[in-house]
Amino acid sequence: MSFGPFLLLALMEGMVMAAVLALTAVGLSLVFGTMRVVNVAHGEFFMLGAVIAWFVADHLGGAAWMNFAVALVVAPLVVAAIAVLADRLVLRRLNYEPEATIVATIGLLYILQQAALSLFGPDARPVPAPFELRLQLPWFGWSGYKVFVILAAGAILLAVWFLMTRTRAGLIMRATQIDRDTARAFGIDTDKVYALVFGLGAGLAALGAVLVVPIQQAHYLMGGDPLLLSFIVVIIGGLGSIRGTLVAALVIGLSDGVIAMFYTATLAKILATLLVALVLVFRPQGLFGAKA
Amino acid sequence: MTRTITTPDQTVLTRRKVVKGIGAGLIASAAMPGYVQAQAAPLKLGFQVHRTGIGASYGRWYERVANSALKVVNEGGGIAGRAVEIVFEDDGTDPKRGAEVVEKLVSQHKVDLIFGPLFSHVVIGSAPRAGELKVPYLVCSEGNHVASGLTNRWTLQPGITDVRSQVQAMAPWVAQNLGKKITMIYPDYAFGHDHRDSFEPAIKAQGGEVIAKIGIPATETSFTRYFAQIPRETEVIYHVMIGPSVLTFVKELGEFYGTGARPEIFGFIDSLEGVDMTAPGLGFLEGTHFWEGQCRYKQADATDAETFYRAAVGVDDNGASLADPKDVSTYAHMFSVWETLFVIKAGIEASGYQTTADRQKFVEAIEAMTAFDFGREHPQGEKIFNGKTHQAFGIQNISKVTDGKLIRVHRTTIGDGLYPDQVDYTTQSF
Repeated sequence: MSFGPFLLLALMEGMVMAAVLALTAVGLSLVFGTMRVVNVAHGEFFMLGAVIAWFVADHLGGAAWMNFAVALVVAPLVVAAIAVLADRLVLRRLNYEPEATIVATIGLLYILQQAALSLFGPDARPVPAPFELRLQLPWFGWSGYKVFVILAAGAILLAVWFLMTRTRAGLIMRATQIDRDTARAFGIDTDKVYALVFGLGAGLAALGAVLVVPIQQAHYLMGGDPLLLSFIVVIIGGLGSIRGTLVAALVIGLSDGVIAMFYTATLAKILATLLVALVLVFRPQGLFGAKA
Repeated sequence: MTRTITTPDQTVLTRRKVVKGIGAGLIASAAMPGYVQAQAAPLKLGFQVHRTGIGASYGRWYERVANSALKVVNEGGGIAGRAVEIVFEDDGTDPKRGAEVVEKLVSQHKVDLIFGPLFSHVVIGSAPRAGELKVPYLVCSEGNHVASGLTNRWTLQPGITDVRSQVQAMAPWVAQNLGKKITMIYPDYAFGHDHRDSFEPAIKAQGGEVIAKIGIPATETSFTRYFAQIPRETEVIYHVMIGPSVLTFVKELGEFYGTGARPEIFGFIDSLEGVDMTAPGLGFLEGTHFWEGQCRYKQADATDAETFYRAAVGVDDNGASLADPKDVSTYAHMFSVWETLFVIKAGIEASGYQTTADRQKFVEAIEAMTAFDFGREHPQGEKIFNGKTHQAFGIQNISKVTDGKLIRVHRTTIGDGLYPDQVDYTTQSF
């Protein structure tokens, strides 16, 4: 393949990765920004989203687009509910101590992963895409569904942005993020805000998974990569900064696409991790993060 | 204080009496001659199974096949007149856990020997521990690591031909029928490296060449970016993938070429093992070719042995479970478990194996074997066994996807896959 189409394909593949990564990482970033909780179980919420999408598709037995639509609503809600429960039962009782919550979410990671293994089984399961469409370009073919993933992720991110900046709920979240005590003094129920933010973060990861599962299959071990990449994105972008997360997701997704295609996937991961190290040394608050 | 237990017939048992009774029983059983006990006790075989992790789809079927073969063995009178039982232990398809499983089977379950693992990284990680514990370790893993000398005298592979031999037997047919400029796509670890390192010299000998080698990490979930590296002048794509994402791999290959012109495609069925051929997005495979150890779809000329085996392991004519047509088996590989159990039977009976003290005699008995005849015990086909390299060599099949089913178009001979010995384990000490 000549250089032009090669680059085009690399960028298209990178965009899909960036889109899903942005959704997943924004969830992680929201949780950290508002609650100061480093959620190590975030990847497992992603995995649960995919597994639930499979469950819906397998048990509903309707048309593929209908199953997909149902999964798109049900999976984030169920996962958010699990997250809210985890917040109530575990995180709140630890009083959101940063060290304690890291250990607690590691525990949560294993509980969710092993529960999925026990209930869902060890096999990878395909979930049909809502529509089968193949784009045939002169040099290569591409899945039309991947275009949909990019558009859908973009729309969801817009909605998140709208929620955070243009609604009262967003205002309350931002207030809690900036100063929890003052927010409480103004009559904001910060416990409720925390529970909802944790649920929202997990729900976004699940949403990303429902979008990606038709091109990846559901598997109980699939949470590892999204977790690692989300952390990379969030650290580079600046923990708690949504704008930074989006920019970093684009940078990491696109560079991964291009580097993986022209060189190797391993090199792409090495460079991304190196970038994290450099950011941590020279700009610990991240590219767009406020100084702590 | 004396606790008393009153039995229904009002006899009073003191604790002292009970303890005395137990003690007497122990002495009596210890005084029994050892051989009586050994003959009565069943043989205990350990099975290292990939029940979870990336090898789970194989593990599920390997466990079923082991149980089916066990049933046949026990119904036929067991091994050397003794009943047989199998202890399954999950290794998570993880080399570190694999070594621990070997340890656990030997020290905790006290098994006579261990068999069954497939994934080469697990075998390579576990074999040294088996060697240290001096327990026979019969692997079903295909990798060249047994015959190459990487393992040890206690590790044997009598149930399946190794990758080097398979690949060497495929090369002439690929060169003559599909093309000579090959791009290889393989998992980037031990098993894939066996493919890479064995196929290149084999195709060169046929006047062909490997023009690109694309290694993909076994845990990869997205593949299109790798396909872009396939050179345009490629005549044949040689693909072999493993792991939970194999369906995605093949689907994306189809999407990548779409309806446009594409090279010939020759794959090892590993890329679709355990996957339904009729899954959406796989239509492009029509007319492509696959290596199969044993043909997944029942062929028109299926033998009695093959039919017997297929029924015994609960697989229908399409290679899926009789209980669930969506549950597709790993048919091309799993015969190795069945055949290995029957080699174990022959080895134990030939060596006069009684207790774990006879493990060395068992290994020597298998090393003395030279061939396995085709039949119900070896339904994949006849094999020759090289006692020096601990490796079996059998026939291979090439199938073409025709109307969505795999139909055999070529069968190799054992001779096609023979190569000079790389090691002589019989010169190594136990």
